[in-house]
Amino acid sequence: MLETGRLARRAAVLPAASVTRGAVVIRPLGAQSRFSLRTRPATAEALGTVAGFTLALPINRMSTAGERTSLRLGPDEWLLIGPEAETDELAEAVSAEFGERVFSLVDVSHRNVGIEITGRNAAHVLNAGCPLDLAEAAFPVGMATRTVLGKAEIVLARTGVDAWRVECWRSFATYVHGFLGEGALDFVAVTG
Amino acid sequence: MLVITCPNCGDRPELEFRCGGEAHIARPQTPAELDDGQWGAFLFTRTNPKGVHAERWIHQHGCGRWFNALRDTVSDRLIATYPMGTPRPDAGAGAAPSSPASPTSQP
Repeated sequence: MLETGRLARRAAVLPAASVTRGAVVIRPLGAQSRFSLRTRPATAEALGTVAGFTLALPINRMSTAGERTSLRLGPDEWLLIGPEAETDELAEAVSAEFGERVFSLVDVSHRNVGIEITGRNAAHVLNAGCPLDLAEAAFPVGMATRTVLGKAEIVLARTGVDAWRVECWRSFATYVHGFLGEGALDFVAVTG
Repeated sequence: MLVITCPNCGDRPELEFRCGGEAHIARPQTPAELDDGQWGAFLFTRTNPKGVHAERWIHQHGCGRWFNALRDTVSDRLIATYPMGTPRPDAGAGAAPSSPASPTSQP
């Protein structure tokens, strides 16, 4: 049987160029490796860290160490994001560290598309389609959660005061990218 | 928009949730011993109260977990949420006003 490995190439669904609307910049992120990890909270607490990904986090918080980011989306669910070139190695390293413990690790690298949105009004642009309270008091830097944007489900993470990461499913990517671009049009005259 | 308190994630907008019908309906331990009437009652008969109702909800576009909620079917006010597997809290039943927001919640 032909073993192709996980590093199969797939054409990018979004144009690589950034979209700039006034002070808001919407930038599609490049290919990365992503894993959906499910395990019991007690197991994650006991391990603390696997393969450089921090699991011992409060729910809806993220942790970044170098190029490896872990987002705790629920009591038993984590999204792990790492460099694309290390996809196979990461899967093996995580599996090895779990050993005999019960867990599920699914490669979703090609399922998701990442979009970065930065700028003073980035939170307002997201609020065009996301009903969450995105003020710093309610959604501080380092918070990450699954939510909705318009009619699409996204994972939203605040990486900086004015910097956000949006992860959506590949088939929603053109919709989400277009939605953010449309939402940002409202702020062109104010800031530009 | 309603704000629903997820036991895992805290206060979230209702768009992220789906309702799963009445809570605390246990599946019969021995379905084969039930007659059609009893099985039909398990499947289809619901309390449908005017007032406080215990429901299952899922935080579909959030943590993805099920939980239970007490909701007033008259005012559509969510009185309390509590984790799956825990008994229905009594406190909410009497304390829940069907009228609009109480004066103390206003600034």
